[in-house]
Amino acid sequence: MSTKTIEEKQYLVRFKADTKSHLTVLDHDICMTKCPDKICTIFCPAEVYKWEGLRMQVGYEGCHECGSCRIGCPYQNIKWEYPKGGHGIVFRLA
Amino acid sequence: MSEKFDVIVVGAGPAGTSCAYTCAKNGLKVLQIERGEYPGSKNVMGGVLYRKQMEDIIPEFWKEAPLERPVIEQRFWMMDKESAVSFGYKGLEWGKEPYNNFTVLRAPFDQWFAKKGVEQGVLLINETVVLECLTENGKVVGVRTDRPDGEIYADVVVLADGVNSLLAKQLGYHKEFRPDEVALTVMEVINLSKDKINDRFNLEDNQGCTIEIFGDSTKGNLGTAFIYTNKDSVNIGVGTTLSSMIKAKLKPYDLLDYLKTHPMVRPLIEGGESAEYLAHLIPEGGYHSVPKVAGNGVLLAGDAAQLVNAIHREGSNMAMASGTLAAETIIAAKERGDYSETSLNQYREKLYQSFIIKDLEKYKDAAHTFEHYPQYFKEYVPMLNRAANKFFTVDGTPKKDKQKEIMKSFTSERGTIRVLQDMYRAWKAVK
Repeated sequence: MSTKTIEEKQYLVRFKADTKSHLTVLDHDICMTKCPDKICTIFCPAEVYKWEGLRMQVGYEGCHECGSCRIGCPYQNIKWEYPKGGHGIVFRLA
Repeated sequence: MSEKFDVIVVGAGPAGTSCAYTCAKNGLKVLQIERGEYPGSKNVMGGVLYRKQMEDIIPEFWKEAPLERPVIEQRFWMMDKESAVSFGYKGLEWGKEPYNNFTVLRAPFDQWFAKKGVEQGVLLINETVVLECLTENGKVVGVRTDRPDGEIYADVVVLADGVNSLLAKQLGYHKEFRPDEVALTVMEVINLSKDKINDRFNLEDNQGCTIEIFGDSTKGNLGTAFIYTNKDSVNIGVGTTLSSMIKAKLKPYDLLDYLKTHPMVRPLIEGGESAEYLAHLIPEGGYHSVPKVAGNGVLLAGDAAQLVNAIHREGSNMAMASGTLAAETIIAAKERGDYSETSLNQYREKLYQSFIIKDLEKYKDAAHTFEHYPQYFKEYVPMLNRAANKFFTVDGTPKKDKQKEIMKSFTSERGTIRVLQDMYRAWKAVK
């Protein structure tokens, strides 16, 4: 079986994205100046966070709502809420 | 919605539905609120559902619930790069009533279970987020939802809102978790024909197998991987504590692919089609992380109360048992007409007298020990594999000499005293 990339994995999932993000990076300067690893871009299981040189891009539409980024951000720099009722990820199987 | 309920249950997973079901069955007016499109749409589990705690709620549920396979074999692998030391138990009696456990897919299962609650009179509202608990004079009196005019009142609110447990944190019942108190787990459901599953796992129809894999499955980090057989798919997943993931700078999906392509694993899933990819946190802080579970007008159940026994991969059964104990407490509180913290504290007592807290207490130092001393997963698993290889390879060396060499290789790598310390520490953590 061919190894699937994260993009291919995310295609398997159904999302009903809200128009508004439920994830907010509070201060992009903290990511830039204090966080050389930008560890959320590594451990997030859906690759929601991408560093764009000056700011953190947040692809909330593909979020699995696991909560890791809220707990794992070394600077508590992520405001994390649930998406509006009925929105966000929709698991169909397991 | 201005009417008042006896109980509002937040969440329609195993904890919430067990509580709502039992309350409604005993004549209470119950509102259950689920944020997903349907119950199960936000919920993830590796896939093992234990019979006992479910049967306590719905006798003979296996005759109608959407289950996959009864598990008749549980295997454990201590895996290295190109080898594995394995042990396990297979018993055909587990394939017959009353069964021990089943593999399930949670989306269909949770919908079925919630429907059973509705049949008992639960009013279930989906697609609704509870934003906060409403309090008056220090008592929780209801909830505020994200619907217009979304304030709803009840005598008691049950927080079964899952691992993130945002509502209990708002109430100050616990602080934000540390990364070593949660495990980040990712998995895939891989479609594979029933015949292939039966052949590859040595099963017949309606027999299931579970494999728990330690060692190289997590690249030596604190965690496990698993493979569970469904009817015509397998669930394969891997997780480590979030702290290990951070420390080792691991991408969880890369770890999953490392597992899927591992030479010990690949032949089992070869040719399968991935059908879904899922990520979730597991509360693994154990005994020390259990928050305040009962307050004035409010109770916590399931993952929200951190009720998971990570060593034995038990969680949904603890959720169900805690949800039921919460319901029993509420029913008694209604008879007394007293929903104060003193009255509801009966739930805490029941919980601490049950297998739930007793089991968590037994392993209260396990997670900490294994997190703090990484040698168990990183060094001992490969050592065990090398020892087995040496012992079982026939090369003309007398067995006694082999044993000596093996013992020597253990102690020379880590030192006799350290090996003894490691063994004692591990035994103490799980005794």
